[in-house]
Amino acid sequence: MIEPEISTIKPEPADKKKIFKIWWVAGILALVTAAEFYVALQFPESWKGFKIFLFIGMTFIKAGYIVMEFMHLGHEQKSLMWTILIPTAFVVWLLGALFIQADAIYHAIYG
Amino acid sequence: MANSVSVNTSNKDLWAGGAEPYKASYGKLMMWFFLISDAFTFSAFLIAYGVIRFRHPGYEGTLSDFSFSQTYWPVPEKVFEAFPFFHGVELPLVFVGLMTFILILSSVTMVLAVEAGHRMDRQGVEKWMVWTIFGGLVFLGCQAWEWSHFIHGTDAGSRLLDGSIIYGANLQLNQYGPPDFAAFFFFITGFHGFHVFSGVALNFLIFYQATVGILERRGHYEMVEKVGLYWHFVDLVWVFVFTFFYLV
Repeated sequence: MIEPEISTIKPEPADKKKIFKIWWVAGILALVTAAEFYVALQFPESWKGFKIFLFIGMTFIKAGYIVMEFMHLGHEQKSLMWTILIPTAFVVWLLGALFIQADAIYHAIYG
Repeated sequence: MANSVSVNTSNKDLWAGGAEPYKASYGKLMMWFFLISDAFTFSAFLIAYGVIRFRHPGYEGTLSDFSFSQTYWPVPEKVFEAFPFFHGVELPLVFVGLMTFILILSSVTMVLAVEAGHRMDRQGVEKWMVWTIFGGLVFLGCQAWEWSHFIHGTDAGSRLLDGSIIYGANLQLNQYGPPDFAAFFFFITGFHGFHVFSGVALNFLIFYQATVGILERRGHYEMVEKVGLYWHFVDLVWVFVFTFFYLV
């Protein structure tokens, strides 16, 4: 039987502020998700366009916190940050353009 | 000009070709580029979904009168309203919401594992990796239930134009709406679920390496950070799937 290896390295003490920041961001993410639910179930059905606008807005808020804080991209070198964000921005643009086109095709076929 | 190039080989952090670009290690940078390419894959799914969604008429009436039909795209909150052990109770989106919350929480525990790794705190890494793996497994279990419910369908089923009644959905028939809706459900959540599965496998690998002391002997816990990036990306994709498939 192999003896379990005992760690000889003493860990550095945790930085309370850092830990608090992590849970703070977690709280924001939970709040935004809760707000999404509120909008989905409590806002009137006739506000469809406005609701979709809110959903997409809140999604980007959540995505921003996950990428910038959890994935630490906001604290990397700025050139790395833009290397990741600029291609992504172009894809978002492509998404928007293709959805508008799909909508136009639908209206061309079905009026 | 070759003689003017000087390479500093004394610094062990340098890449073989010279100084590291973006002050990020090779592994982290490659993980970022992989994630970008993976984001493109998911964008392709989203584009296909959006284009097909726009090609079908939406439901026009009020929500209380909603019934499943092959002629228009279903309202997601009318499709996904079941919850385990609450059979027959309408709980729109509650279960998906719970899944979202579980995945976000497991992302949080992953950040805490990375933070513990920075401090060379082996016990901390072990503890938070266990929670992360647990969160991932619970999410996968929830998804299995969600799929099972989606495939088996509701008690009433849905009547087709020829008078036959179908229950649930597969890749040919779909009681909830056009067959494309079910196809996208299977492909998008399935592809994401496979990412979660491979994420759990990678997390377990890192947990194992931390536990037996491989990472400690290596002198740093950067592997936790790299796998953490992947894990957060899986969470990020779910945030988008949740919005575009379940809410909009």
